Amino acid sequence: MSQTFIQEPLDKAAPHVVPAQAVTLNVNGEDHTIQIAPWTSLLDALREYLNLTGTKKGCDHGQCGACTVLVDGKRINSCLALATVYQGKKIQTIEGLGAEDNLSPLQQAFVDHDAFQCGYCTPGQICSAQGLINEGRCKTEDEVREHMSGNLCRCGAYTNILSAVMEVLHDGNVVVDNGVLITIPVAPTKASSAE
Amino acid sequence: MSQTIATPPTVRLDSDVLGKPISRTDGPAKVSGAAKYAAEFGVTGPLWYGYIVSSPIAKGKITKIHADEVLAIPGVQHIFSHENVPSLAWFDRNYKDDVAPGGSPFRPLHEPEILFSLQPVALVVADTFELARYAASVLRIEYDVEKHNTDLEASIGEAYDAPRGKTGFMPPPKPKGDMDKAYQEAPHKIAGEYIHRAQHQNPMEMFATTVDWLGDGKKMKIYDKTQGAPNVQQYLMKIFSLSTDEARVISKFTGGGFGSGLRPQYQVFLAVMAALELKHSIRVVMTRTQMFSFGHRPHTLQKLRLATDDLGQIQALEHKALHETSQFENYTETIVNWAGVLYPSPNTNFDYQLAKLDVYSPLDMRAPGAATGSFALESAIDEMAYAANVDPLDFRLRNYSYEDPIENKPFTSKRLDDCLHEGAARFGWDQRNPEPRSMRDGNQLVGWGVAAGCWDASMQKAAAKAVLSADGHLTVSSATNDQGAGTYVIMTQMAAQTLGLPMKQVTFNLGDTNMPAAPVQGGSWTANSVGAAVKDACQGIGKKLLKLAQKMDNSPLAGVDFEDAQFVDGYIRANEDITRSVAIADILAASGEEKIEADGKAGPNPINMLKYSMHSHNAVFVEVKVDEDLGTIHVTRVVNAVAAGRIMNPKTARSQVLGGTVWGLSMALMEETYLNNELGRFMNHNYAEYHIPVNADIHKIDVIFVEEQDDIASPIGVKGVGEIGMLGVAAAIANAVYHATGKRVRELPLTSDKLL
Repeated sequence: MSQTFIQEPLDKAAPHVVPAQAVTLNVNGEDHTIQIAPWTSLLDALREYLNLTGTKKGCDHGQCGACTVLVDGKRINSCLALATVYQGKKIQTIEGLGAEDNLSPLQQAFVDHDAFQCGYCTPGQICSAQGLINEGRCKTEDEVREHMSGNLCRCGAYTNILSAVMEVLHDGNVVVDNGVLITIPVAPTKASSAE
Repeated sequence: MSQTIATPPTVRLDSDVLGKPISRTDGPAKVSGAAKYAAEFGVTGPLWYGYIVSSPIAKGKITKIHADEVLAIPGVQHIFSHENVPSLAWFDRNYKDDVAPGGSPFRPLHEPEILFSLQPVALVVADTFELARYAASVLRIEYDVEKHNTDLEASIGEAYDAPRGKTGFMPPPKPKGDMDKAYQEAPHKIAGEYIHRAQHQNPMEMFATTVDWLGDGKKMKIYDKTQGAPNVQQYLMKIFSLSTDEARVISKFTGGGFGSGLRPQYQVFLAVMAALELKHSIRVVMTRTQMFSFGHRPHTLQKLRLATDDLGQIQALEHKALHETSQFENYTETIVNWAGVLYPSPNTNFDYQLAKLDVYSPLDMRAPGAATGSFALESAIDEMAYAANVDPLDFRLRNYSYEDPIENKPFTSKRLDDCLHEGAARFGWDQRNPEPRSMRDGNQLVGWGVAAGCWDASMQKAAAKAVLSADGHLTVSSATNDQGAGTYVIMTQMAAQTLGLPMKQVTFNLGDTNMPAAPVQGGSWTANSVGAAVKDACQGIGKKLLKLAQKMDNSPLAGVDFEDAQFVDGYIRANEDITRSVAIADILAASGEEKIEADGKAGPNPINMLKYSMHSHNAVFVEVKVDEDLGTIHVTRVVNAVAAGRIMNPKTARSQVLGGTVWGLSMALMEETYLNNELGRFMNHNYAEYHIPVNADIHKIDVIFVEEQDDIASPIGVKGVGEIGMLGVAAAIANAVYHATGKRVRELPLTSDKLL
């Protein structure tokens, strides 16, 4: 007995396309105007139109957190955001946090603690951690684990991600060694003693 | 007998880097977003986007593709399907890659027949990604549906002995003694059936290819997500009749692979076909759903029988496994052999079968075969230890294989006993009350479990090239891969150490088929194979430098053989008198050479392979806390003790073992791709429903590297750590859950419903 199946869109309206529109986005302190379809996600706008490929696409469904960017200091999944809605907002991507030869403290902590392997979830982890620090509500290891749990890491670098975030969260005064939080006595900073 | 041995130098400075916990050299690029993955490279001209359409049915035939109505949309460039696929290579061998199992590889878009759900059936090419995605969504396709079979348990009757065909496949060991008789007569015995369903590798980066059409004949730069650029290049050359120059494959960064990138996947075929047909640059990226369409750890059924004498010595050991393969290939992995390597028994029986289903061929997934076999074996060993009334740790030491019982060959090295001892000491195993349900923390039942693991220490052929420029900078390259393993940094260390240069004076490049060939990154063989090739290339430079030094006027190194020279901190010195030295910078200046080049290669030693058995080992200790009312399981503590020869970089190697531990936990408690046999389709094909651990799931993990010297398994003493960290973890968790609850669960994932 033969059975047929027709693969077709739920909406049977004739295929049509909405023309591209000019959208201005403020990314890492600079305005960029691009011509995009209205349904272009902020993630695709960054990656495909602005060549800011540091922001990663891991699922395109808001499930993995690889696309995390900061909007007015708050972390969002850029794959679930339509670019056009984010006009007039301050968008910050991994490229805006620090460059390869001038890393931010969080980026440096990720390198020092080997808080990544393949590196694909890493920009999202760092933007998310920066958002967490901006939020100012997490202090303990368990709180950080919980509030970093929107960012998947398939390599399983969670132990080291926790260490890196804890170090920066406590201004470098703590390290997590094998899951044990060690507080380092605060030394006078170079800035206060030298200048 | 007395012998004078030159005192080796004790003071080493900047160039003493091998074995040191050095941060990744590619780290700053990865944390700043500068590292470019396959879908992120720019192209010379305009770029078109391809979007893949997947079959909604598991078996049948395409009867009509309504391409015209979609082609009418402005900006849609082309729709590829079986109706217009160009005439390509005919023979199966052209489609076989280095990792292909036996059989006929799948050929994308070749025929209207549907062989598995989510089979690619069309590629829509358009000016923008948004347009290609939209056009693909409105493409109407008609199918004749045929009855499919994706039910493994209903197909056991049609199972057949796994045939040879896949490189590296080891058939199950031959039986010994009389298994049935020994089992029946033994005073202590256990038997169990173990099961886990399909699991998917799911690296974070989705498979993607960007083809840069260079407009010069058929020349392309093909940026591909893969674990081995040379493997992809060979595949493309054979199918599309391309030269190495035309099909240059580049893979600088790979966003995880875990086996999924061992074989060239269909997006690279589609992208290259489209570029050649349209003479245009193109990017094709899979969706997360499509990541569930090209290979997986197979749904596996296992049976184990074990019996001991009164002293807890194993007398009978039987391990059988059965899993699915596709209709077109015989995917195999090594599942049952490990039992025979780890535990001696006078009576054994092994069996390994496949059954054909209407699914895509399974595909190696981290510690393929071993992760599967190890879960069942090490669970059974725990159960046997309890049945024989022996502590599970003592049981493993009492049944310790001092030589490989299958091949009757010595191990090149085996420090599993030290892993067990050192791991137990760190964990505090002597504080364990062996009685199940005897340890508590409030309303949480506490359980402690142990398991052992074993993986091959193998080498593959690899090559490297080293170039020392006049300014003293050393650049080493090999077409190997870094899917996160740390290849960039450990090869830089190897090169720096060999020539006695500081790390900052050395660059290691990889992932380009213009570089010397290297195997796919898998099997834990990269550090060993490519490391030895890098060392060989750098020693080639060293030999040339020494000759040049000896040509200098009044050379202090006159008459010194290469074997009697050392390369330290930018100097070549005589071992016997380190004041006889010449700076490498001075040698370069005096020589007038613009650069010095040397090629290096490495490969397995066939004589040693015949004489010895080569393995890495680990012992895993786990604490779980199980909520007595809800059955929820938390892994609160893990000690993973690993013996894997020389550790080139304890920082990145620890990360590999941490990652492996997380993978083992994930396999034990979370991962399962649910196949609906009515639809013939994996249902939870996304990150929300395919569960993997998040940060909150991971607690204290302690990694120990046990000292192990091994100059036979590897010329550089390295065994590799990519897989070994995962082994033992799932079984140790299941064993800890038994200790906590008294319930032996033999089906993964070990979710709370199975405890209630």
